[in-house]
Parts: sequence; structure tokens; C-alpha cells
Amino acid sequence: MKLLLENAHIEGIRFYEAYRKHGGYRAVEKALKMTPEEVVEEVKKSGLRGRGGAGFPTGMKWSFLAKPEGVPRHLVCNADESEPGTFKDRYLMEFLPHLLVEGLIVSSFALGSNLTYIYIRGEYAWIVDILEQAITEARNNGWLGKNILGTGFDCEIYVQRGGGAYICGEETALIESLEGKRGNPRIKPPFPAIQGLWMRPTVVNNVETLAAVVPIINMGGEEYAKIGVGRSTGTKLISACGNINKPGVYEITMKESVEEFIYSDEYCGGIPKGKKLKACIPGGSSVPIVPSNLLFRTAKGETRYMNYESLSDGGFATGTMMGSGGFIVLDEDQCVVRHTMTLARFYNHESCGQCSPCREGTGWMYKILKNIEYGKGKMSDIDLLWDIQSKIEGNTICPLGDAAAWPVAAAIRHFRDEFEWHVTHPDEAQVRNFGLAHYADPLPAMA
Amino acid sequence: MKFSEEKQKLAEEIIARYPEGKQKSALIPLLHIAQEENKGWLDIPTMDYVAGLLKILPIEVYEVATFYTMFNLKPVGTYVFEVCRTGPCMLNGSDEIIQYIKDKLGIQEGETTPDGLFTLKPAECLGACGYAPMMQLGKFYKEHLTKEKVDQIIDECRKNAAINN
Ligand SMILES: Cc1cc2nc3c(=O)[nH]c(=O)nc-3n(C[C@H](O)[C@H](O)[C@H](O)COP(=O)(O)O)c2cc1C
Ligand code: SF4
Ligand code: FES
Repeated sequence: MKLLLENAHIEGIRFYEAYRKHGGYRAVEKALKMTPEEVVEEVKKSGLRGRGGAGFPTGMKWSFLAKPEGVPRHLVCNADESEPGTFKDRYLMEFLPHLLVEGLIVSSFALGSNLTYIYIRGEYAWIVDILEQAITEARNNGWLGKNILGTGFDCEIYVQRGGGAYICGEETALIESLEGKRGNPRIKPPFPAIQGLWMRPTVVNNVETLAAVVPIINMGGEEYAKIGVGRSTGTKLISACGNINKPGVYEITMKESVEEFIYSDEYCGGIPKGKKLKACIPGGSSVPIVPSNLLFRTAKGETRYMNYESLSDGGFATGTMMGSGGFIVLDEDQCVVRHTMTLARFYNHESCGQCSPCREGTGWMYKILKNIEYGKGKMSDIDLLWDIQSKIEGNTICPLGDAAAWPVAAAIRHFRDEFEWHVTHPDEAQVRNFGLAHYADPLPAMA
Repeated sequence: MKFSEEKQKLAEEIIARYPEGKQKSALIPLLHIAQEENKGWLDIPTMDYVAGLLKILPIEVYEVATFYTMFNLKPVGTYVFEVCRTGPCMLNGSDEIIQYIKDKLGIQEGETTPDGLFTLKPAECLGACGYAPMMQLGKFYKEHLTKEKVDQIIDECRKNAAINN
């Protein structure tokens, strides 16, 4: 069942005519006949959880928005998408720009934002044109501007390009950047819902979250909540990449098992050249890597499904997270040390530098991992790495510190012998990889 | 440094997207324009010009220009190859592609060829992990890179440069 991508392959759907012909902007027509409170209520009923990574219930977030008399409020769409493995928002914006614009109009109405911004990562330069074209078409057809559909509601949407900084995906850094400053996350509280953009009440939501508001309004929150399982309602976009036959963006109902997602032809289509699966990072680079023996079954031996609860079953000891839906697959020939090193370099590069545990810690982790990878590591380095990551987590202004620490922690937790092998076989590690070893074996009985 | 008339108009349009008194918000978009107008990099006079347009202090512009990786503070080649090397691209062979470009152009990461045509800039995940390996070239992405595709891209750039000269 597809709610977001159903029409993605229709000829010309990027443009207004085709989008409208296939039921586009019905959600605006419906929502603007409701009160803003009723729209918020539908979103609450839908159980929609933020698709940017944290999974916080969207309706609840919206109801926290402060509404002081005479102060403008803003909705900001987070299109910074920079988490390695994640490219679903790009897909949505590239092929269905009007779906996002429609979701933005409905959400702006619900929140009382007359001035809404899309903050998009600077590298997606050509998508800025696609979005601006869609916004212009929407305005020319009366869906934006003054007194929309004669309801008295005014709304403008503008796109702002970033400058290439992952940290600007963090909502308070994004707000700083939107104000024309360095992307330094703010200390919270105050939360953006009270003091956000230009110190005005602000809601920041992910692209996919805001697009999902369209089917929610069209079908009603309760119907939407029936799709999916438990607290994982609706559909989720997964961007799949790494060593798979069919990389791409897939919409799932969260009832699929992880095994089915990797091996069925409907999704990833298995691993190239019939190679074996070594490990997977199912929710973007920040979430813990899991070895194959923990991926298809939880520690309790139950089937693992592609939803928030099932993926995180067992906590960080044996589970992982849904995160942003950036699904990265590693085959048997991949090196976990090298992969972790590239991620450590990424976080080191992207740290804004405000807090010393993150600024210094990410640098040390990268340096140590580089030594281990290039055959210059010591056994004690592995413990040192563990020690550093544990001292970053929870000790920083924003969650980038945690996001940098988790991948390193999980790699050591599950693949310690591969790190040790790099230390004991410095020359061999330069020419071949550790391989599968015992990671494909069934899980030993838990103590 | 002065924007062309067309870019000047665009800059004014962008500034008008923000409420009265909040024109500093237009800084990053304006720096993108300035960089395009100044052969792909930002020198001090260019940044000072942008400060003037927004009626802010030059230091406010330097602060921002030095924070964001898309702004080049040194001259760059006509064609900047920004090749992604983060995990998902690495899994699909970005290391070999980067090595191939280095050998072929005879430059290291961060360097420009002596003829001023090509710069190689390492990049971190650009949101194209499913189309790896990849690079950004100007406004667009070049995806599913192979050695043959890299050859082709380099040839095309050389041809375009010859036409523009
Ligand atoms: C370092 C960091 C990077 C983030 N990057 C993104 C991003 O690229 N896109 C996004 O939607 N959310 C990102 N987030 C999450 C946002 O802070 C915020 O939670 C999200 O935009 C809220 O939207 P949602 O509730 O719709 O998910 C990031 C968070 C952190 C800490
Ligand atoms: S945790 Fe890192 S990125 Fe976040 S504010 Fe601190 S230094 Fe900046
Ligand atoms: S890792 Fe290269 S584009 Fe994401």
C-alpha cells in the first residue's frame, strides 16, 4: 500500500496539471473548511511520528506551539537531509514537489504560519528550481498567496538553500542558519515551539512528515492510524543503499520483515553476486550497526520487522533504530573498521565545534580508527575508543555527539574481534578483509 | 565586485522573502550567488560587497562563509569534482574512483590542475547513496560513476572549456 509514492511514476506528475488531475490539492480544499484545531486533531489521531529521525509524535509537537497574541508563528520544513544513507526526502521533492507543497499549505494553516520556509541542503541545487516551480504553479492556481480559497488565510512559502553543513539538520542549528548565521545548535530550553525562528514560535518538521499530512487529511487520522502496527502508524519511506541489487526509495507499511525487505524483489532484491550478508545499519549512519545474526531475529528469537519498535527491540545491546530510514547493507567482503572510520570522519567533519566532548572526541575517534585501519593500531586503542565514545554520549549541547558515538560503540560491541584482527594482522589488513567470520552464525544462546 | 543587473534583481527578490529587519537571513543564498559571480570562490571584496547589500558587518559574512563547506575561500578550477567518500559510497567503490581521478589528473585532494581546469574536493555524503559512487559537478550530480564515465566527464569538461575560450 502506497500513500506517498503512489503517483510517483505518473507522466508529468512533477507539474501542476497532472498532480491536480490525480487528486492533488484535495487535502487543502478539505482542511481549509475545517478549523486549524480540527486539522491538528486529525494529525494527532493519525499517530504520525516525525520522519526526520527522532520519531516524536507530530500532533503532540504541533500542540506545544505557543500562540502569544500578535506574534507571528512559523512552520519550517527540514529538507537538510544529510545523514549518510538517507536520500528519501530528495526523492519526494524531486518527483512529487506538489505533494510537499500541499502538505505545507495544510500544515501552515493548522499552525497559523503565514510565512513558511523550506530549508534545503545547499547541494540539492537543482531541486530548489523544482520546488520553486511547484510553488509558483500553486500560487498561480490560488493555493498560495492572500485569502486562499476565500477563507481569509494568507500563506507564502519560500525555499532557502543551505551551505553544506550536516549540523544544520538539527532543528535549532537550522533556525540559526535560516537567520543567516553559523549553524551552531542552541541550548534548549527555550524550545523552538516557544522561541524559534527570529525568537518567534516555530515548528520544524521533516519533508516526509509534512508530505504525510496530505493522506492523513484525505483519509482521516483514524484510517491512517490503522495502517502499520502498534505505534508505528502509516507508511514509511526507506532509502536503501550499500551492497544490494536494487538501491532506491521504497514505501513500506512497517509490517515487512527485515529479511523480506532485503531479499524480496519488491524491495532490495538481495545482495549482488549472491554474496552473504554481513551487517546492516537500518536507520541512517547514526544508528547502531547490527550483525546479520541479530538483524532478522531479535535476541528473543522473534522475527524482526521494519518498524520503530521491532528494530529497537533489545535496546543498543542487540537492537538498533528506525532513525531516518537510511538503510545501509554491508556484504561479506566489507570491512567494518573502514566503514566505521568513514563515519567517524564524517562526524568529525560535521561537528560544529561548540562542545569540547564532540569537537575533540570526534577528532580522536577518527584518528584512532584511521590508525587501526591502516595497520598502526594498538590493542589498547580499542579500549580507548570505547572510553572516548562513552564520554561524548549525553555530554553535549545537541545530539550530534550521540550520533557520532553510537556507530563507534556498536561497531566495537559487535565486531570487536575484527578490530583486534586489524591490530594483530596489520599487513594482512591492508590487502584483505576480515570477512564474515562468525557473524552469519546463529546467535549463541544468550546468557 | 558588483553583481550583474540580473543577479542584483534576484538578490533583491531573495531579500524580500524575509520580514522587515530580518534581511540577514538572505546571507547564505546571496553568498551562493556571489560565489557564482566570482569564478567559484569568495574573496574579501566579494564578501564585503555582500555585507553592503545586507547592511551587516563584514565580520558577520566572514563568520558564515568560513563555516559552510560549500563556500570556497581559495580560487578553484573551472570544474570542481566533489567526490563523495562516506560509508555507503565507499561500499560501492568510491575509493577506486577517487584514486582514478587523482592518477588521471595528477592532483591530490584539494588541489587544482596547473591549467586551472579541475579541482578535486573530497566530499561527505551528498544524499545520493543509492546512486553511488557519485560526485557533484556544479549544480548537478554525476551518479553511478565508473572509470569510463569519469573519462567521459573529463572529456566533456575539456571540450566545453575549449568552446568557452
Ligand atoms: C545532527 C542532527 C542532524 C539532523 N538532520 C536532520 C535532517 O537532515 N532532516 C531532518 O528532517 N531532521 C534532522 N534532524 C532532526 C531534527 O532536529 C528534528 O528533530 C526534525 O527535523 C523534526 O522533524 P520531524 O518531527 O518531522 O521528524 C537532525 C538532528 C540532528 C541532531
Ligand atoms: S554536540 Fe557537536 S555538533 Fe552539537 S553543538 Fe556540540 S559541538 Fe556542535
Ligand atoms: S554516502 Fe555518498 S552520497 Fe551518501
